[in-house]
Amino acid sequence: MKSPQRFALAGLTALALLGAGCSSSGSGSSSGGTDWSTVSTASAGGGMAKLVAAAKKEGTLNVIALPPTWANYGNIIKAFTKKYGITVVSQNPAGSSQDEVNAVKSENGTSKAPDVLDVGMAVALVSTSLFAPYKVSTWNAIPATQKDPGGLWTQDYGGYMSVGYNSAKFGTITSMSQLLGPKFKNAVSLNGNPTAANAALNGVMMANLAAGGTADSIATGVDFFHKLKQAGNFVPVQATTATIKAGTTPIVINWDYLNTASVVGQGANWKVFVPSNAILGGYYAQAVNKTAPHPAAARLWEEFLYAQGAGDGQNLWLQGGARPVEMTAMTSNSTLDKSAAAALPPVSGTPVFLSPKQATDAATYLAAHWAQAIK
Amino acid sequence: MAVAATTAAGARPSVRAGRRPSAAWVGTVPFLGYVGVFLLLPTAIVIWNAIRNPVAGGLELSNLKLLFDSAERSYFTGSLELSAGSSVIAAVLGAFLAYAVASGNPDGIVRRLYLSGSGVLAQFGGVTLAFAFLATIGPTSGVLFHAGWYYNFPWGIGLIYTYFQIPLMVLVFLPAIDGLKIQWREACENLGGSTWDYWRHVGAPLLAPAFLGATLLLFANALSAYATIQAWENQISYTVPQQIYIAISSEVGLASNAADVLALGMVVMVAIIMIGYFLLQRRAARWLR
Repeated sequence: MKSPQRFALAGLTALALLGAGCSSSGSGSSSGGTDWSTVSTASAGGGMAKLVAAAKKEGTLNVIALPPTWANYGNIIKAFTKKYGITVVSQNPAGSSQDEVNAVKSENGTSKAPDVLDVGMAVALVSTSLFAPYKVSTWNAIPATQKDPGGLWTQDYGGYMSVGYNSAKFGTITSMSQLLGPKFKNAVSLNGNPTAANAALNGVMMANLAAGGTADSIATGVDFFHKLKQAGNFVPVQATTATIKAGTTPIVINWDYLNTASVVGQGANWKVFVPSNAILGGYYAQAVNKTAPHPAAARLWEEFLYAQGAGDGQNLWLQGGARPVEMTAMTSNSTLDKSAAAALPPVSGTPVFLSPKQATDAATYLAAHWAQAIK
Repeated sequence: MAVAATTAAGARPSVRAGRRPSAAWVGTVPFLGYVGVFLLLPTAIVIWNAIRNPVAGGLELSNLKLLFDSAERSYFTGSLELSAGSSVIAAVLGAFLAYAVASGNPDGIVRRLYLSGSGVLAQFGGVTLAFAFLATIGPTSGVLFHAGWYYNFPWGIGLIYTYFQIPLMVLVFLPAIDGLKIQWREACENLGGSTWDYWRHVGAPLLAPAFLGATLLLFANALSAYATIQAWENQISYTVPQQIYIAISSEVGLASNAADVLALGMVVMVAIIMIGYFLLQRRAARWLR
């Protein structure tokens, strides 16, 4: 325990000395190095150049629950390391949003605690006491409804609930009600248990909307899956790239960017569509750990994710099939990767976004009814 | 401690043939320390968290009411069905297999192959096993199972469990069969007993405690298994370990201390099993000396 602490202390001292050196030769301010853990914008900390220098000095960034195939995170991490020379330590890539928050709490104060989080909104809204406010340089390009006014959390990328399927096996599918038919025996699966996984909850909600329900009650969606189970069409196996390749889960209800990414390199037979009568959108959110062991690297990571350049986070997410939060602004200033945008599944109509209350009500209903409906 | 005890014993050599428990218990310190840190402490933490008010702190025994909710009861029922079914089937099949192995050449290649194979397969569980099953003889192989029964709890998953339960049964039951002395059989035959008489009056009563003990071990093994069923049917909770995972990691706002309450329920179940196992082992050990 002792030596890492002493090492960290030495690092901090070196950082402080360096900061002092920079500031005396640069702006001439009299104070020592910036304490990035309390800085809420890059300019408040002395500008991007200083942030980059401080982050490089820290040398490491801890991330958690970022699967390499999820919204292109594998390439995003590689691009960040290549651009800034900062090692990214990825913990528990298959974890859930709640696992991320649990890790922040249980590893609080250690050098391996996660620096940054990428969480679903249900978890973000109840965990704000763990977050440090930070507003990225492109703050104004993010729609006001998609960020905390103080910068505690900022939505980062999202997509629409979709159906991914093997068209060689089933032909063309265009609606959810078709899935109840006899040719889909043991074929339809969700991404996880809807009482635990946000993606699965939204899958049931999408079925709910498609079957005529409203966002205020998920009961019709649960009923749909009950019928699916009775028809023998529901597969309880966790859908992964492997189960799709093996044919165990030939139809997967999941976010469109995950459905697209899970079969990269599988040829043209894997089709993804967003049902026209059930356009359900959802965004994840970024947050910085208040007690991040690498505060500058954490903030630089956020700057990188929200930057609009060709090799920066927003376009990398888009290349992974996710819709970056600054998409509208980037369309007007022409920084958007147009070919990646054209490859997204087409969506026509007004999307539905769950309010926090609607999401909580749905979760409560599922906790009481899901297991019975699907048994 | 050890030094002091040795000195004390050395100072009184005259009593060395008598009681010398003072030094012997020192040897158990590492074991007790290990058990304390890795078994008793976590158990105590689970119990404390289960009966504590998660928000305000302080004692809150009403948490335990959760164990009697109909939804929670169904997870315990599911765990019981799956563990009992897979352990009884595996115990019976494994016992016959163990007998077949034991009756062969004790130094033969078949026995060695079986034992090392069982040693490996008893540990072959989790995602690997579930996926191996799905990919080879599961629904998509297009060969064997065209009906949907393998997704109906507990049949499909029960069958998968026997893949690691049977090898474990062979491993734990073989010593008991090896303990059957050939002289007992000869004695039975000398007294005019048939094979049936031998098994009815000698073999079965001798093996019964070991068999039941091994079955209980398999039961506990299935009860605590998590990764296999989670990979097989993760969109719905059938068993307590699955629901504990959901209570810990639900990202849709349901996380609570329900995990600790459910874990406490499992601690009680395992405690009952361990007591039963201990009693049966004590009885079985009489014959294996």
